[in-house]
Amino acid sequence: MSEQMKKYETPLLDELEKGQWPSFVKEIKAAAEWNPMANDLLGLLERSYREKIGHWKHGGIVGVMGYGGGVIGRYTDLPEEFPHVSHFHTMRINQPAGWFYTAEALRTLADIWDRHGSGLTNFHGSTGDIIFLGTRTEELEPTFEELTQAGFDLGGSGSDIRTPSCCCGMARCEWACYDTMKLTYFLTQHYQDEIHRPAFPYKFKIKCSGCPNDCVASVARADFSIIGTWRDEIQIDQEMVREYAKNGVDINKEIVALCPGKCIEWDGNTLKIDNSSCRHCMHCINVMPKALAPGKDRGAAILLGSKAPIVEGAILSSVIVPFVKLDDEDSYNDIVELIDAILEPWIEEGKNRERIGEFVQRVGLGNFLEAIGLDPQPEMIKHPRTNPYVFYENYLEEE
Amino acid sequence: MAEKVSVEEVAEAMYKMVKDTMGMKKWKATDLQKAAIELFGEDRCDKNLCKEAIKELVNSGRLVYTYFGGSFLEIPHKEGAQND
Ligand code: SF4
Ligand code: SF4
Repeated sequence: MSEQMKKYETPLLDELEKGQWPSFVKEIKAAAEWNPMANDLLGLLERSYREKIGHWKHGGIVGVMGYGGGVIGRYTDLPEEFPHVSHFHTMRINQPAGWFYTAEALRTLADIWDRHGSGLTNFHGSTGDIIFLGTRTEELEPTFEELTQAGFDLGGSGSDIRTPSCCCGMARCEWACYDTMKLTYFLTQHYQDEIHRPAFPYKFKIKCSGCPNDCVASVARADFSIIGTWRDEIQIDQEMVREYAKNGVDINKEIVALCPGKCIEWDGNTLKIDNSSCRHCMHCINVMPKALAPGKDRGAAILLGSKAPIVEGAILSSVIVPFVKLDDEDSYNDIVELIDAILEPWIEEGKNRERIGEFVQRVGLGNFLEAIGLDPQPEMIKHPRTNPYVFYENYLEEE
Repeated sequence: MAEKVSVEEVAEAMYKMVKDTMGMKKWKATDLQKAAIELFGEDRCDKNLCKEAIKELVNSGRLVYTYFGGSFLEIPHKEGAQND
């Protein structure tokens, strides 16, 4: 520890080191051994815990030349007492699709951050990006310079397309119904301008999950969700089903009774699924992964409009395209065309800080679909089999 | 067909709009785009020209992106929250 560094007493934070779980306090303390920013962060955090109040101010003007995203400005409101966190800006770094790194890439990132920032990171933030926590304004450009030399770029922040993210998909998961990583890479490259130069009413997040398990929580977190699914029949290995039953799985209780489509039958010997009523929830497949698998005719459903509760309450996304094949560049270009069509009316008419889901609610889904040129379909629903929200004009006329 | 204005002309007009209203209005990229198209007319100015003009203004450092609940374009200045 350097001689000038102040030693902070942290009795409240020390409590959070106890127990058998990893502790962020332990990590900050380790960095505080040599890094003055991390050391002052420790002192400031203890103070916040004691006073039950945060001591951060949002700084709105910091960034790197030419970019409008990727840096989130932060200053403490106690700069005299904690001078090393006087500036404590966050940098968002565009993660590789599926979060795959070599050990060497991780060492490079860590070294860059040890040289220019607090040494503290989040792998990964809720946006999916690598988060570098805490640096000074004058360190932003040198950090960016070193990052670009190492092949990394900043991600999105502010009113732009946020860094697209995806699950590990076909690289590591047998349930992937399309190549999430390839599509995410494609979209990231295509939307470089929109990621770095905010020009929207508010943020726009794209997340790709390989199957309805939705490991990147796109249904709750993305404005535009691409979720893998299938349109034929669930594959069944009857021998393996019997094996599960023999090994103690109570198929009636754990699978049949919990199937939301009420479409599974088990007579103790054969498992039958009425696929026309299946809601593709993955429950049966998750319980018996060796016996069941998604069908062979795979692709994705596209959903629109979820968001966490900020201005209005939380919204889950709704299906706008029930099924697309995603197996070639043409199909990727169709996705881009759809995204562009969705962005246009929102950019034109959206209010400041209005997410696309809120915009659709305000203008009405019927009007929105008309504006983007999609025909209403019965599968465009918020919740399977319960509330289709498309009104059929001839049905209303009959009334 | 009317001749298109140049990127520089659009950039200059946008810069003036931001400068003249500094402290009174915060401009989003789309607001600047709409205002520039209105100023020059749809036949002489379009979205792509506006995009290029904004890129030029930002790349040259004359305007910077700021974030105050949403992203805006402003003339660089010292903000209230900033510590030295
Ligand atoms: S979302 Fe599906 S395909 Fe992707 S990692 Fe999760 S289980 Fe696998
Ligand atoms: S995926 Fe879900 S809805 Fe479909 S059969 Fe399995 S449990 Fe039922």
